[in-house]
Amino acid sequence: MSTLGVPDVLHHARITGIGAYRPERVVPNSEIVDAIDSSDEWIRERSGIASRHKAAPDESVVDMAEHASRGALEYAGVSADQVDAVIVATVSHPYQTPAAAPELAARFGSRAPAFDISAACAGYCHGISVANDMVRVGTAEHVLVVGVEKMLDFTDPTDRGSAFIFGDGAGAAIVSRSETAGIGPTVWGSDGDQKHLIAQRDSWMTLAGDRALPWPAIVMEGPSVFRWAVWSMAKEAQRALDAAGVKPEDLAAFIPHQANVRIINQMVKALGLPKDLPVARDIVTTANTSAASVPLAMERMLREGEVEPGGLALQIGFGAGLTWAAQVVTLP
Amino acid sequence: MAYSDQDILDGLAEIVSEETGVDASEVTADKTFTDDLDVDSLSMMTIAVTAEEKFGAKIPDEEVKNLKTVGDAVNFIKANQPA
Repeated sequence: MSTLGVPDVLHHARITGIGAYRPERVVPNSEIVDAIDSSDEWIRERSGIASRHKAAPDESVVDMAEHASRGALEYAGVSADQVDAVIVATVSHPYQTPAAAPELAARFGSRAPAFDISAACAGYCHGISVANDMVRVGTAEHVLVVGVEKMLDFTDPTDRGSAFIFGDGAGAAIVSRSETAGIGPTVWGSDGDQKHLIAQRDSWMTLAGDRALPWPAIVMEGPSVFRWAVWSMAKEAQRALDAAGVKPEDLAAFIPHQANVRIINQMVKALGLPKDLPVARDIVTTANTSAASVPLAMERMLREGEVEPGGLALQIGFGAGLTWAAQVVTLP
Repeated sequence: MAYSDQDILDGLAEIVSEETGVDASEVTADKTFTDDLDVDSLSMMTIAVTAEEKFGAKIPDEEVKNLKTVGDAVNFIKANQPA
């Protein structure tokens, strides 16, 4: 009887590069308040958000992903032909099929395996987990993981609960084979019973059946999401710390999904993190970019010198599904 | 041990004061959370979860929006205390 030839050695993996892309156009709260009969002060109090970036009408999810990916490749010192797989996390690539990842790979002249992940705001952290596993078992030596969203295409500017929340952008990371472990165990899960908390209003088929319906924007039940995000997700973040054998005082940064500053502040409290620990608050000028928020925030903290390469960061994504994923990673 | 109305009111007053910064003595049964105490929907969730932890009464999301006054919250918590 023949046996299958499979690698029997596990490798280590770490993030070796990070890249970000923020569209040029900045939209301050003052431009969106009239449609929701609100004010800059109300939005800041509710969310901490002062402004967001908006992609140009002809700027696609793949265009934004390409910018962020080039930055991550350069940071890692990895060339496009060394990338063995491309994973794109997004919920705003406006095609049922094909996925965004193959088109992104082709922009680099790559024919590497390429596929999208649909896990909303948790998508990037899912991608890091999948890439980590691929590198660990030897399926790939370098994996490009991108979180990218053009959320403002799926935002109802008249919905008081969500119009001010979202923004556009892309963040990318390279996960590479490494001599030492740089990605801790992922703590992740889902709760489909609460799928209604954050969702596209109507399905494409409902819209096809009634063309008079409004564009099916993504909306949410804010207070319920807040409760879930803070009190359930802080526990998951703690589990990720425990799984990695890391104590809060060992961390160099906490990089939660940039959903809302109020959620971030309450999570810091619920986790009992040290008062002087750098916490990502990229949301103030970037808003909630769903799958892109964690890598965008990480890139900013590194670029602005708030954290140093080599430190440990606790990252967690959580959102529609409901879905979540958390891991401790070594900063690139 | 069951909490009395006064116990619950005093406990809630502390929780509301901690969340909003208003003096605990201002938190009386007739006050409305939104208009009188300036509690928004996210702060209300924080108050509900903290009250759950303190009094052991489950306050589901759909009930939180029905709690208009501090008195409503006292009555709900009293009626839903664990046996």
